Amino acid sequence: MLKVIQNRREQGYRTTKYPKEPINLYSRYRGLPTVHQDCDKELARSCADACPQEAIDADKMVIDIGRCTFCGQCEIQSEGRFITFSNNFELAAASREALFTSGSLPALAEHSKQHFKKLFGRSLQLRQISAAGCNSCEADTNVLGTPFFDLQRFGIDFVASPRHADGIHVTGPISNNMRAAVLSTYEAVPAPKVVIASGCCSISGGPFRGSRDIVGDLNSLIPVDLYIPGCPPHPMTTLHALLQYFK
Amino acid sequence: MDKLLQVQNGEAVSRRDIPDLPFRDFQKVVLSKTDHSGFPVQFFAYENEEKELKLITVIRSGTHLYTAGCSLPEEFPSLTAKCEKFHMFEREIAEQFGARPKDHPWLKMVRYHANYRGKEDVFGNDYRVDIPGNYPYFSVDGHSIHEVAVGPVHAGIIEPGHFRFQCAGEKVFSLEIQLGYQHRGVEKLLEQAGQPLNRLPVICESIAGDTAIGHSLCHSQAIEALAGLEVDKGSKIIRSVALELERLANHIGDLGALSGDVAFNPPLNYFGRIRGEFLNLSLTMAGNRFGKGLVRPGGISFPVGEEQRQIMINKVIDETQGIDHVCDLLFSAHTVLARFENTGTVPRELAEKIGLVGYSGRASGLSYDARVAFPTELFGEMEANRNNRTVGDVCSRATVRREEIMHSLDAIPKLLSKNIDAEPLPVPASHTLAADSFVVTINEAWRGELSHCLLTNKEGAILRYKVKDPSFHNWTGLSMSLRNQGISDFPLCNKSFNLSYCGFDL
Repeated sequence: MLKVIQNRREQGYRTTKYPKEPINLYSRYRGLPTVHQDCDKELARSCADACPQEAIDADKMVIDIGRCTFCGQCEIQSEGRFITFSNNFELAAASREALFTSGSLPALAEHSKQHFKKLFGRSLQLRQISAAGCNSCEADTNVLGTPFFDLQRFGIDFVASPRHADGIHVTGPISNNMRAAVLSTYEAVPAPKVVIASGCCSISGGPFRGSRDIVGDLNSLIPVDLYIPGCPPHPMTTLHALLQYFK
Repeated sequence: MDKLLQVQNGEAVSRRDIPDLPFRDFQKVVLSKTDHSGFPVQFFAYENEEKELKLITVIRSGTHLYTAGCSLPEEFPSLTAKCEKFHMFEREIAEQFGARPKDHPWLKMVRYHANYRGKEDVFGNDYRVDIPGNYPYFSVDGHSIHEVAVGPVHAGIIEPGHFRFQCAGEKVFSLEIQLGYQHRGVEKLLEQAGQPLNRLPVICESIAGDTAIGHSLCHSQAIEALAGLEVDKGSKIIRSVALELERLANHIGDLGALSGDVAFNPPLNYFGRIRGEFLNLSLTMAGNRFGKGLVRPGGISFPVGEEQRQIMINKVIDETQGIDHVCDLLFSAHTVLARFENTGTVPRELAEKIGLVGYSGRASGLSYDARVAFPTELFGEMEANRNNRTVGDVCSRATVRREEIMHSLDAIPKLLSKNIDAEPLPVPASHTLAADSFVVTINEAWRGELSHCLLTNKEGAILRYKVKDPSFHNWTGLSMSLRNQGISDFPLCNKSFNLSYCGFDL
């Protein structure tokens, strides 16, 4: 018992005051990219050609953050003249098109479905489905339950049964072997229901794009309401997305 | 062992130098090498340039690695009947290439996909039908026997898999684990012709996201060997630190989760928070909490400067005492020990028979640590770890992790106090791989022995890319640990192994 009290004292209170107070992530974190429109076309094209994810369109001067894994190679290659990754973790969007960006995203709170706010603003229960996710999206979603983030203080929680859920949160590129399980879990959630695609895999197939063994795009199976990019999305990206979209 | 070629970890050799034995001789020599202290690291099939089906193996024995190959008949006598260490490898060969191991004691699919050669399916499956297809699960009949089926979707934020328990009351007779739900076709994707090599690290980092550094290290070392790239010492130090940070974050998180599974909440919450601190240190180096983007063939993408070095050393030192205290809290609570001790025991003899690796193996008394046996990067200069409780129960697996946590906490500041200046890698990279070559790489990732094995063809393109996650060996250990256990101990046993679904499923 004494050890319990001693450890309690030593560990202290660690919960973040976000969103009342802002959080600054370490400068090396790669968040929302900016595509510098004045960049030399030749350089832009060579970065686009070298992108391991083929996520850059050098003609339209946009990057698809639904496909990008934020590996940062384009920033190194262009020495920051073509693309720079900012510290901004606010990456989520309500439409797939919005993820083709040159550096700004539509304000998420205004683009959410307003009746969702009314229905789920005070209580949101989600069923997480890992559909061939590599466990980094899953781990960084799980972490929202730890004391630092303490997701439950917002009335948001991940639940065990789809019957208890208001929606599903899907990670991974949806392997063919998980297709049926995703669909039946979705069907088991009572309507009206929310569908969240988290991580570049569920949005575009991510690193596994082109594989014959995956579906690769959740929206081709069921209509997606909220897209949370990243590889994986930083827990703050997910927290921001949930608060903006539903609160 | 004149019939086997001795190779070094991460050293490219010409495929022509690998002995191509008659099939019977191959089996004989492989069996004699693996009967006691030898274990298969790799054992896989591939089609050569002439579309002939070949088999190749890498065997470890002590601190030595051996390789040999042969032609693989469409039907062949199974090795598994004589040596259990091959059971999963032979099932994998049957699934990937449609070759049938005769008299395999339990020939069932591994990941549920059509074979690569368009041959008739060994398991009689039609893959338009959902998993598990044409497969009757193992069952037990009898008075008061009941069956519990769990998954693929589990009650939590966790990867999918199917577990089937045959029980009498609370007691589990048998646990069958059916994976494959996470299969993404990783090996085929890595072998895809004509794609730029710089796509490969991105795929490898997501084979198992909690082992992003482990997989990208194995990949990078293989490409470095085939392309003749030198890695500077600063990069090697940072890569070693990254692997230890990955180990720390996962072990700390798992000790917390084990505590939660026995309803002792303080360590669950403290370790949950502390785990995040170490993920944030990976972000300090790599810009990503799992270290994705850091390790690339030739070195590292983001050299670590004085500022990052100080943040990391200070954080490790700051947290060490708190971690020690929370460990003490966990391991001195009687209610915790009552659940940990003598639960889910895999005795040494059994562990050796099925070839457990990593902390699961060490907890059962198999001291093998790839950092010691086949050191890469800077691990040769690091002090080896020692384990004190090795009886194979949940408590041993938890204690080994505690010891590894303290070992890594000690090692990281020592590594970072060295000269960590590193040359940034040029982007975009362009490498030419040696033609007609073979390389195997092995690292002690946090779950244990992780290995990639590459074969190149006459043009220097990748002919075969084989990935083996430690979970490939260890899932069988989890099944065994449940025998004659209460079914309510399943979450505890499962978390004590904490195996990778996607690393297994590929």
